Parts: sequence; structure tokens; C-alpha cells
Amino acid sequence: MSPTRIHWLRRRATIRKLWMVGCIVLALLVLAQALIEVKGHFGLDGTFGFNAWYGFATCVAMVVFAKGLGVFLKRKDTYYDRD
Amino acid sequence: MTGTSLFPPGLILVVGALLLPFLHGTLRKSLLLLLPLAALWMVWRVPDGAALTLPFLDYTLTPVEGTRLGRLFATIFAIMAFAGGLFAMNQSRVVELTAAFVYAGSAMGVALAGDLITMFVFWEVMALGSTIVLWSAGTGAAYRASMRYVLMHLFGGVVLMIGVIWQVKATGSVAFVPMKPETWATWLILAGFLINAGAPPLSAWLPDAYPEASPAGMVFLSAFTTKTAVFVLIRGFPGAEVLILFGLYMVFYGIIYALLENDMRRILAYSIVNQVGFMVTGIGIGTEMALNGAAAHAFTHIIYKALLLMSAGSVLYMTGKRKCSDLGGLFQSMPLTCICGVIGALAISSFPLTSGFISKSMIAQGAADQHLALVWYMLAAASAGVFLHAGIKFPWFVFFQKDSGLRPPDPPLNMRLAMVLFAALCIGLGVLPGPLYAILPFPPVNYVPYTVEHVLHMLQLLLFSGLAFFICLPLMKRTETISLDFDWFYRRLFATLCHRLSDHSARLHGRFMTRTERRLQRFIAGVFRHHGPEGVLARTWPTGSTVLWVAVLLALYMALFFL
Repeated sequence: MSPTRIHWLRRRATIRKLWMVGCIVLALLVLAQALIEVKGHFGLDGTFGFNAWYGFATCVAMVVFAKGLGVFLKRKDTYYDRD
Repeated sequence: MTGTSLFPPGLILVVGALLLPFLHGTLRKSLLLLLPLAALWMVWRVPDGAALTLPFLDYTLTPVEGTRLGRLFATIFAIMAFAGGLFAMNQSRVVELTAAFVYAGSAMGVALAGDLITMFVFWEVMALGSTIVLWSAGTGAAYRASMRYVLMHLFGGVVLMIGVIWQVKATGSVAFVPMKPETWATWLILAGFLINAGAPPLSAWLPDAYPEASPAGMVFLSAFTTKTAVFVLIRGFPGAEVLILFGLYMVFYGIIYALLENDMRRILAYSIVNQVGFMVTGIGIGTEMALNGAAAHAFTHIIYKALLLMSAGSVLYMTGKRKCSDLGGLFQSMPLTCICGVIGALAISSFPLTSGFISKSMIAQGAADQHLALVWYMLAAASAGVFLHAGIKFPWFVFFQKDSGLRPPDPPLNMRLAMVLFAALCIGLGVLPGPLYAILPFPPVNYVPYTVEHVLHMLQLLLFSGLAFFICLPLMKRTETISLDFDWFYRRLFATLCHRLSDHSARLHGRFMTRTERRLQRFIAGVFRHHGPEGVLARTWPTGSTVLWVAVLLALYMALFFL
């Protein structure tokens, strides 16, 4: 398939631009906390960039945990077919 | 029978549904849309307090009772029946439509029930209706899933019935009032409610059954059973702390299993358990803020989850495929389905300006108000996890990722209209939460969702969760697998044990029969030897020998006499 027939959202250049825009948005979101006072409920949640690293870290932890659990729990999707 | 409302609003759907098989074409379609609207109108005519009473044995039943909580749930059930009917009207079999409306009507019956017995009766009708909805998909897998589903719900029903009878006997009242899990009776009632909520250890019935329903069937199924369970938990067990543990388990169970899943509708099924987990946690916290949050979240969840399942159902209807590994790139030919799916995904993730944002955050606020730090941090992590497993994963693997080469168009008009209606509600409630807050169970609702701090909190949490998704994408490569769950015990272990027991008892039975047959043959041979044609006892004796023996006996007798 020639590059002109690929949907614009699937083109490498568009995806690169989306990543750049995404990274800028993420950086601005963290930097915004310098201007906006975040009190938080329990202390730690009011520290600079807490929600950013907490959201990122807990999600990576959940993916890794799920991956590890999958080693024990995953079976072929035909596993119950002979029921 | 006395009262101001002589006909339970839910029965309008139940009775009306039974007319559907006798109507065709425009009449049937009109009835499908009019019945939920009529039921909704009736719900808002029910006054506060007992609106209908009925003597039963030594008790007085209250089939219709007006409460703020009941009205809220009955309202969303009626709205759901309307949108579901619109989505399904041209695609579903009439038996499915009939069963779905009986199911929806009985859910409304539970929401407006004023006593435990009425609640239980409607509860069981729901189980029946939902089983037929599931079974109506017409596939072998759906039939087997419906059998497992009905067994699970009948089991839950028996547990609930024992609890209700015990409670009525202990208290002498059938009133459905707040309880505490402190006696055997209340524990059994709580267990019966939790089974329908998809709580552990029996959560697996939900992702096992729902994805086997038809495209429209799962839209109906997602709305009523688990949400009536949330309703009865709010009404029956507000502030029961054990529910926090159940809720948090459900929240993370749904995320982890959805991350492992390849089937798009099973991802959304696990996500139902996850979202109900938030509500159950809120009920466990038990403050007015948390209970309002749980009720509001049930309301918004019904809408965005139905929207997500309409989007997934449209993909299934148009492509016949449901595995993420077979899908991808559909945004090019199904733009409306994709946009509606993305709106549903943003709403479930609680993005600002969507309905999830104005409801779920009330539960977290409830935890913060009670200084439940661990619960709050876990709910925050779970909010990020929701974006991970449903907010991005579902639209990414279905509509984007690789190009599957599939180019189906958007679904028929009625399905598109239903999706647009619910997408508009997702955004409408997110932008203007006032009307929903006004009908929550504990007024006045002094919660302001749109503060700069809160919006920033959620955006940081969610967008960095999105970053984690794309960085971890290589770890989430789709495989054609399922994940073992608690249902392995009754689908595989117990089944294997039963088969082995059956084989073993068949062998024992065979051995017993062989031995018995051998003994019987030996006995018959003995009888034949003595009584057969050649047997000693079957011979004819000569008259002379008989006379001789008689003479001998007489001689013996005389000898004995003279002695």
C-alpha cells in the first residue's frame, strides 16, 4: 500500500507528532502545579507532581503484576471448549 | 389492596413485554419505545412512602414504596430499557426483547419494593428474564453459559431466601430497612446481594456469561443485575465496613483480569466488576457523600457501560468478531461507533466533562472525609487503572492499533441513534451534573466536582496512566488466551472429580453386577442340578419303595410306642 493511501492518523509522521504533542501536554500538566496550589487530603498527595508519578507507577505495577499472574492463569481460549 | 398507586411501574414493562410477540412491525417498535417512557412517567407519580400495600399471610407487603433512592434507580432502569429497546429493535429476536423488558421491569420492581418479600420475588423474576436474554443468543456457548448463569443465580436466590425468611422470623417484620451483618440471617442476605453484585469469590459468573449474549443482549445484561445489587446494598447495608474490603478487591480484580483478556466484550465484563467495586466501596464507607457517590456512579455507569457495549456490540454485529487480536483499524470505516466508544471510554475513566468525573469522585471524597487514607490511595490507583484497562485498551485494540483490513460500515440507524443518545447523556451529565445531583438519595448535595485542583488531579492521574499504557504496550501483546478464574473450580475441577467419581462408581457397579450374575448363575445351576429333569429331587419314585418306607416308619412307630 502506498503511503498516500494510508489514513493520515496511521502515518509515521502523524504518530511522531502525536507523541510530541502528548509529551508537551504531560509536561505542562506537571508544571501547572507550580501555578496551582494543590492541598491534597493526606499530605503526600499534595506534593509536586504526585498524581503524575503515582498514576504512572501504579499503572506500570498493575501491568507487570498482570503479566506475572498471566504466567500461571493464562490458557488457550479453547480450554473449556470440551465442557 | 390499598394505596395511591395501584399498579407497580415495573409491571408496565413486564405486562407490556408479554404483548410484544403478538405485535409486528411499527406497532412492536412503538411499544418498545413507549413502554419504558410510560414506566418512567409512573415512577415519578409514585408519592413518598408506601404507595401500595397488600395483605399476605400475617404480613402487609408494600409492592410500591416511594423513596429518593428507589426513584433514582427506577429512573435509570427505565431510561436504559428505552435506549436498549431502540438499540435492539431491528436486530434482536422477539423472545430476547420480551425477556429483556421483563428483566428491566422486575429490576424497577426491586427498586420500588418496600419489603423484603416483594424485593425477593422481583429479584427472582430478574434471574429468569436475564437467563432467557442470555439464552436467546442462540449459540451452543450461550446455552451452556446460560445454564451456569442460572445455577449461580438460583444458588444466590436460595441463600437470599433463607436469609429473608430467617430475618422475618427473627424480627417479625418484612420491612426492608438498613441492617448490619451481625446475625446469620443478615449475613445470608448480604451474601445473596453480593453474589449478584459480582463480588468475590464468585465474580467469575459475570465475565463467563455476559459476553456470550447477543450484541444487544449484553447491553441489557450490563445494566440491571449488578446495579439492583448496588441498590439493595445501599438500602440494606449502608456503612457495613466489610464492603470496603469486597469493593477494593473487585476494583483491582476487574483491572488485572481485563488487562489479561483478549475478548473485547470480556474486557468490558471485567470492567463492570471493577466499576461495581467502586460503588460497593462507597457503600462500605457509608457517609451521605459516599452513598450519594455510589448511587450517582451506578446511574452514570449504566449509561456509559451501555454505550461501550453498544459500541462493542456494533463491532460484533458488523464484523462477527470479538477478539482484539482479530480487530483493529476500525476507526476508518466505523467513525461514529469509534467516537461513541471513545466517549464511553472517557466517561468510564472519569475524564473531566464526562459523567464519570462527577460521580466517581464523590466516592473518593467520601473516603477522604473519613480520613481513610489507604482506601483513598487505592481508589486513586484504581482510577488510573480504569483508564488503562478500559479507557485506552478497549478503543485502542478495537478501533486503532494494527490495521486488521476489516472495513465494515457503521451499524444500522436505530443502533447509531441509541449510541448517540447515550453519548450525549455521558457528556451532558458531565457538563451539567445539577439535575442528577438534585435526585440523589441524600439532599442537599454540597459537592463541587469542577475545582481547578480536582481537574488537575484527574488529568495528571489519567494522562500519565495513558503514558504507562503506551510504554508498556509490548507487555500487553494480545494472545488468544483466557485467564483461569474461580469458575475453574466448578467448570473443570468439580467436573473432573464428578467424571472420575462417575467412572469409578460405574466400574464398581460393573464388578458388583458381574459377581452377582456369577452367583446367580451358580445358584440356578444348583437348583437345576437337584430339580432339573436329571435332578435327584425331580425323579419319580417306584410304588414298592414307598410301601417299604411306610412299613419301616410304622415299625419304628410301634417300637417306640411299646418302649
